[in-house]
Order: sequence, then structure tokens, then C-alpha cells
Amino acid sequence: MTFFLSHFNYFAVAVLMMAGLFIVFSSGNLIKRTIGLAIFQTATGLFYISLGKVTGGTAPIVVEPGSAEARELASRLDPAYLAQHGVDGVVYSNPLPSVLILTAIVVGVATLAVGLAIAVRIREAYGSVEADEIEVLSRVESTQPGPRA
Amino acid sequence: MISFEALHAAPPALTAHAPMLLVVGPLIAACAAAFAPTSRTSWMISVTGSIFAAWMALALLGEVARHGAVDYFMGGFAPPLGIAFHIDAAGVLMALLISSAGVMASLYSGHALPAEVRAEKHTLTQAGFLLCQAGLLGMVSTGDAFNAFVFLEVSSIGTYALIAIGEKRDRRALPAAFNYLIMGTIGATFYVVGVGFLFAATGTLNMADMGARLATLGDSSVVQAGFAFIVVGLGIKAAMFPLHGWLPGAYSYAPSLIAIFLAATATKASIYLMARFVFDVFPDGAAFGQGFIAWVLAPLAGTAAIVCSIQAVFEKEIRRMLAFSSVAQVGFILLGLSLATVAGASAGLFYLAAHALMKMTLFMALGGLAISIGARRLDELAGVARDAPWSAAAFAIGAASLAGVPLTLGFLAKWRLVAAALEAGQIWIVAVLAIASLLTLLYIGRMIEAIFFRPAPAGAPRAREAPVGVLAPLWILAGLSLWFGIDASLPEQLANAAGQALIGGAP
Amino acid sequence: MIAEPTFFDVNLAIDIVLLVMLLVVAGAIVRTRSLLTAIILFGIYSLVSAVWLVVMDAPDVAFTEAVVGAGISTIVLLGAILLTRGEAERGDWRRLIAPALVCVTVGGVLIYAATGLPALGDASSPVNAYVGRAYLEAAPNDIGVPNTVTAVLASYRGFDTFGEVVVIFAAGVGVALMLGFGPRASLAPPPQVMGDHHVVLRVAAKLLIPLIALYALYVQFHGDLGAGGGFQAGVIMAAAVILHALVFGLRETMAAVTPKVARSVASLGVLLYAGVGVVCMMNGGLFLDYDYLFPPHIEKEIPGWLLGGPESAHHWGQHFGIMLIELGVLLTVAATMVTIFYGFAGRSVDDAQREAKR
Repeated sequence: MTFFLSHFNYFAVAVLMMAGLFIVFSSGNLIKRTIGLAIFQTATGLFYISLGKVTGGTAPIVVEPGSAEARELASRLDPAYLAQHGVDGVVYSNPLPSVLILTAIVVGVATLAVGLAIAVRIREAYGSVEADEIEVLSRVESTQPGPRA
Repeated sequence: MISFEALHAAPPALTAHAPMLLVVGPLIAACAAAFAPTSRTSWMISVTGSIFAAWMALALLGEVARHGAVDYFMGGFAPPLGIAFHIDAAGVLMALLISSAGVMASLYSGHALPAEVRAEKHTLTQAGFLLCQAGLLGMVSTGDAFNAFVFLEVSSIGTYALIAIGEKRDRRALPAAFNYLIMGTIGATFYVVGVGFLFAATGTLNMADMGARLATLGDSSVVQAGFAFIVVGLGIKAAMFPLHGWLPGAYSYAPSLIAIFLAATATKASIYLMARFVFDVFPDGAAFGQGFIAWVLAPLAGTAAIVCSIQAVFEKEIRRMLAFSSVAQVGFILLGLSLATVAGASAGLFYLAAHALMKMTLFMALGGLAISIGARRLDELAGVARDAPWSAAAFAIGAASLAGVPLTLGFLAKWRLVAAALEAGQIWIVAVLAIASLLTLLYIGRMIEAIFFRPAPAGAPRAREAPVGVLAPLWILAGLSLWFGIDASLPEQLANAAGQALIGGAP
Repeated sequence: MIAEPTFFDVNLAIDIVLLVMLLVVAGAIVRTRSLLTAIILFGIYSLVSAVWLVVMDAPDVAFTEAVVGAGISTIVLLGAILLTRGEAERGDWRRLIAPALVCVTVGGVLIYAATGLPALGDASSPVNAYVGRAYLEAAPNDIGVPNTVTAVLASYRGFDTFGEVVVIFAAGVGVALMLGFGPRASLAPPPQVMGDHHVVLRVAAKLLIPLIALYALYVQFHGDLGAGGGFQAGVIMAAAVILHALVFGLRETMAAVTPKVARSVASLGVLLYAGVGVVCMMNGGLFLDYDYLFPPHIEKEIPGWLLGGPESAHHWGQHFGIMLIELGVLLTVAATMVTIFYGFAGRSVDDAQREAKR
């Protein structure tokens, strides 16, 4: 049970990723596919952040050593734990995954914007945003000769 | 035996920063191109940016020959705290390939772009092209796993829209681009998940550091999962069978500038990154790794080579034919790499460079023809040789090279693969190569027959010879196919050093 | 407090509750056919993720997820369904089998791998005990900025952030290629007389827009000391422009912030970032090495009281470097988000029909 609780984050993230992936593969609507992709990408971010959490830690914004805030944070923790894992008397969570996921979130929204722009143009060119209908309509081109310049 | 150690392509002040300038140069050019007032100016900026990158790659060639590998710490912080660029012989081969492909493609685009893309989009197209180039160069130069993801996305995001603007000539470009976006993003995200697992196991993102720590850790479920996700993710981007579904659409309907450049470089950079992970980061003795290479990678590569060649034989549209051919050739490259020997890796990388050259020639020749006649389906190419002899001849050279006709680069590339396979005792690979080459001959034969030996249909529009601006880069490429077919000492040396760097385990 | 999480640990309980909420929302998105519902649910998903991120001690990421996920993504998605259609077709259940199999397999691999991961919050895991901790120990000396996430983002891993700015720029280029730069002549001019029922909106907007812009600047400069930074500030600044467009009409906004200006500012941001790196390079350091931002002889001329003492001299390069590149990030992000908004909002039904005829 303890194992399940302590690893619940990773199991939940796995399910979220698969929900996003399932939407991408199973939905015929292009816009819904983009939403599924976005869910898949943000779930990856949740995975990284779960890796970086430290029990008893606080956000990685350095507190003045010896200040009232530092003392207050330290008072909540077991002294041996603090000595082993603290930096200048305070325990912090890991800053590195935050940095990585900031980048990943931005990349995700960039992809979303470009994907939706293409979907809008598809709608204008084909009159539909459903993958099956587009495929049927595309067969027209295969039988036609190429356009001149 | 050419010695690159004496090569000082750039003054020392620039050479010291060459790894960074290789990537940042085209990026700055991209911003300038987006500002450019006219299509002509943006084209000149594009050519300048690409030439600059190629120059930096040459400078790096000298440096790598002298020192073995070049390291550059961004921000002045040493890894694992900072991001380091790490370029060895294999990396410099890739950098040279990508930047020279960029030069050829940008030279070609001067005439091709007006024919295929709406006028108001030219400046942004050139900007997107430069961004793609910079992203690919960054991918092959970086020594940090997450930085590789960032540059992978830099190269991809512009590409999706660049493929889609081919819709002026064929609206199928739009769903093809969307499909590529979905599959490409899934691939990139799988890669990030894989890196996350490796990060969880080792605590670092620097690839060399990861490799060192993984060697002491041994196999665990986390490392295995990381390996699987990274390979699948990069496999999607590299169009490894059966994850190649996005490629035929993307290459066939994109504007020819993009198709030329992508066919030469995009999948290659992902293959290189995958090879880096499989050979350098993952521990050598890992049973999982070796089992994977022997039982998954090699059979899939062999299947790709045969199945996709068969699909190419039955295709009616030319560019789709060439696209399936590209997937088959990726299979050849991976077969070479899967041997996991220095000879195999050298042969694989040699084939990679040769294929880039060949495909660029073919797509560029088609692009030149498309300016006058469109040429979507094979029967439209009938009799073109009479009206556009130079383009047709260049196409024939490229095709002969692809089929492995002696005296061409393609023949040498296939020969090296066969030799490496025999040396490693993998006879079945030789059989696969033979069958696939026969199939290649079949579809190449169909194309040559249509261009040279069939009379042009009576009422069809006549082709015009491509303008000089297109013929010049085209014939440089075709000429190189012939020259290297006869005297291949230059690429052979590069490939040997690259294979050594990749497998030898040295810095 | 002991080092292992137990069932009675409040933080863990909140974390589990939030994750269960996320699972429920994701399930609802899978099931719904209405795209508008899916988009609103996605906005909820982003906001709940943002709350979860705060609980997991990642306030910068929470901030970014909230503005980007619930803000920009929702706007762009709504724009897209306005230009396409709002309902998905019903597919038949047989097409769900193959995707379900693939997802179950991949999910299985993920769960198998998850069993090998260290427990949540383990301070001695490789991730938390090695490089992450090294940043916390080194940043006060090397950089001197309290927010370690900003220190890592802008300085240690500044090159990654540069790549990210380029990604945003590339997205702006991509959307501009696809959707153009804004409305053509077909967009109707705003009505001359706006009825009285718009007065409240206009007055409120006039009060809010400058405050939002000011807040964006606050977030920008406060990123060193607390949660914040260039990305969040850029998106908030773009939100101010978007609010203006929503209330006063796209035409007015485009007269104030022209598409050309937006594109140029986006390029400028990237060039500023690269320029800082090049300046460092020319002063003898490596790319983006802010210690070399100021040539040594200038440092001697800065008065001692301004530097705050001898050891701060080394940090001035870092502080200035970080400030300049965050400014570059702000410019590019704000301009690109505005360009993307113009692309979607400026595309009217008339444009769509004209494209179809070409």
C-alpha cells in the first residue's frame, strides 16, 4: 500500500499520457487530436516535476540563511533530515525539472498553435476537419495531372 | 590520404567559437530573413547564412582532425551544470552534410520558390528554412540530451508549416503536414519521456555523464524503458519502419526546396542522434541493448529495405516513389549501423552521406522540371529527355547512383555495406541488400524508361529546360556523385573517422 | 516529520486528490464529442495542473502552465473551432480497438518502469542528490539570484532557453505562413456608435489594460526574486493586447499594434538574446557567459556603492545578462502571441471562401 501511494504520481501520469495518446489515435476530428496531443505533452511535464519533489522541501527560491523564514521552515523538520538534505539550513525541492518543463510547456503551445493553423487551412481547402472525409476527398488529386507553374 | 589536420578554414578567433556559430549563425540569418523587404533579399540572406554554416563546419573539421573532439561550454559552465556542445568526427560529418545540403538547397530556391509558393510568403519561407537548418545543426552538435530535444523541435516546428505551404500546387500538402505534426510531436514527446527515465536513473542530462553513470548502474526497468522510449521516439522522426507513415506525404507534397532539404537531412539527423544514444550513452554490455540491435533493429531495417522498395515499384506518382525509396534507404543505413562494428558504422554513415547526395540530385532535377510541367505522375514525365536534356541527364546520374551502377557513389556505398556485413558474418544482410538493390533497379528502370525512351504524348505541354540557377547546383551534385564514384578518398576518410568515433567509444 | 510519505501526510493527500481530479477531467475529454466542451475541460485541466504544480513546489511552472495552458491555448483553440466547426463526428467503436491496444501496451511499459522509480519526495534519489542539489549550492555564489529556477533557466542552461525563444519565433513564423498577418479589407469596420450596453466593457477595459501591462512588467522583473520571468510576462502582455482587441475591435488594435511591428519585435527579441551572447563572446568569454558581459575596465569604473561591495562585482554581469535576455524573451513571446492571435482572429469567413476559390 505504501508503495502504491508513494508511486501513485507515476501511475497517474502514465494513465494521463495514455488518455492523451488515445485521443490522438482514435479521434477522427483534427481539432480533438490536437487537444489530445496537448494533454499528452503536459502529462510528460507532470512526470518530470514528480521526479523533482523533495519531501519537506519548499520552492527552490533561496531564503536568507538565518532569517526568520529560514528558521520557520527548519522548525517543521526533523533535525537529522535537515542536516542531511538541507542546503544552508533549509530543504529545497529540485529546480532542474522546473526549468526543463518550462521549456516543454512553451514548446507544447507552439506546436498547438501551428497545428491548429494547419487545421484551419485544411477546413478551408477541404470543407471538413474529419480525417476520413479528407482522405476520400484527397483521392481526387491522385488521378489528376500536376499543375503548371 | 588527405590530412585534415592542416585545414585552417577560419581565423582562430572564429574557430574557437565555431561550434556555437555553426548554429547561431543561421539563427541570426533567419531573424534577418523574416525582416527582409523583398523575396530576392531574403534569398540572398538565406544563401549567406547557409554558406556561413558550411564555413564553420569546415573550420570544425580541421579542429576535430587536430584534437579528436571539440567541446564548447555554453555560458562558461562546465557540464553537468551547464550545457556542452560535443562534436567528434561523426558529428562533424553530419554538420558538413547538413550545411552543404543547406547551401545547395538555398541556391536552388532562387528560381524554384516563385514557381511554387505565393509571393508574399517567400521571406518567411526562407526564414523557416534557415530555422530548420539551424535546428538540425544543433541536434547533431549538442552533448546534452534535453538540449537535443529543444533543437529537434526548433527544426520541426518550422517544417510543419513549410510543408503545408505546398498547398498552392497540391492541397494534399495540408493533411500531410498535419499528419507529420502529430507523428513528429509524438516522437519528440516519447523522446522526452525516455530522457526523463534516464534522468531519473542517473540524475544528469549531459550525454557523456549519463553514459558514465549508466555503465555503473547496469540494467533496471527504468533504464530499459528509457531506452525503449528514446528509440521509438527517434525512430518515428527517422522514419524507421513501421513508424514511417508520415514520410511519403510530407516529401511528396512539400515545395521542392523543402523536399530537397528534408530528404537529405531530417531523418539523417535523427538516425545520428539515435546512434549516439545506442552506442555512446547506453552501456556496451547491456544484454537488453545488444538483444534489441540484433532482434529488433536489424530485422526492421531489413524489412524496410525490401517492403518499401516494393511499394516504390508500384507507385504511380514520382515523388511518392522517391519518398518510399527514402524509407527503404533508411533501412540500408540502419542495417549498416546495426552491425555495431567500426566497419559497419563507417559503411552506414558513408551510405547516409551518399544517399543524401543522391536524393538531393533526384528531387532537385524533378523540381527543375516541375517549374515548367508540374510532373506529378510518372506518365507525365514521358519524353522529357528531348526537351530538357540537362535535367534529365542529371536525374539519370542520380538514379544510377541510387541503383548502385558501378562508377557511381551509390555503388561504392553498397559495396562497403556488403563488405562490412561479410566481415561481421551477417550473410542474411547481404541477401537483403541484393534483393533490395534489384527492386531499386526496377523502379529506377521505370523512371528512366519514361524519361528517355517513351515518346512525349501528342497533346501534352512541352517541358522547358530548367534555368541556370537550378542547373548549377544540380550539376554540382550530379558531378560529385560521379567524381566520388571514381575517387572516394575524401568521403571514405571522413566516414572511417566517423565510424571510429561512434563505435570506438573514444571521447 | 519523517522522511517517508505516509498516508496521513497532508501534502501527499492533496497531491493524490488533485491527480484524481486530473484523471477525471481527462476521462471526460476522451468521452465528449462537443469540441467546445473539450476546450473548456482542457482549460480546467490546465488550471488543476497549475494548482498541483504549486503543491509540488514548482511555482514558476505553475504560473506558466496557468497563463499558457488556460490562457493562450484556450484562446487559440476557441479561434480554431470558430473557423472550423464545433462538433466531432461519431466514429464507430471498431476503430477504437487498435488505438486502445497501442495505448495499453505503452501504458504497461510506463507502469513497469514506474515501479523501478524512487518514491515520491525521495531526497537521496539520483535526480535530487546530484545536479539539482549542486545548482542550489552553487547558484548563490555563481549568480547571486534568489530564484534558483531563474538562475538555472537564464544562466546555467541559458542556451536551452535561447532554443526555446527560437521555437516560439518559429511558431510565429509558422502561423504567419499559414494564416497570414491579419484581416484583409473584408473585415467590417467597427460600428460608429456603440450602444450604451458596451459602455461598461469599454470603461472596465480602459482601466484594466494598463494594469495588466504593468503587472506583466512586474512579473518580468520580479522573476529574479520570486516566481515569474520572461515567458509569463510575455503572455500576460499579449493578454492585454488581446483584451483590447476583444473589447474595441480587431481593427483598432491592429492600428495600435500593427502586424509588422509585432513581427519585427519578435525578431528583435531573438536578436537581443543572441546579441547578449555575442557581446560576451567578443569580450573574451564563451557564448552567453555573462561574467564577460562587461569588459573588465568598465567594471572598475562602476562606483563601489552601486556595486554594493567587492563580491557583488562578479554578480553584476550575471544580473544584467539575465535581465537583458529575459527582456528578449518578453519581446519575442509577447509579439509572437499577438501575431498568432492576429492570424486566427483576423481570418474571417470571407477569407475562407476566397482561399477556396484560388
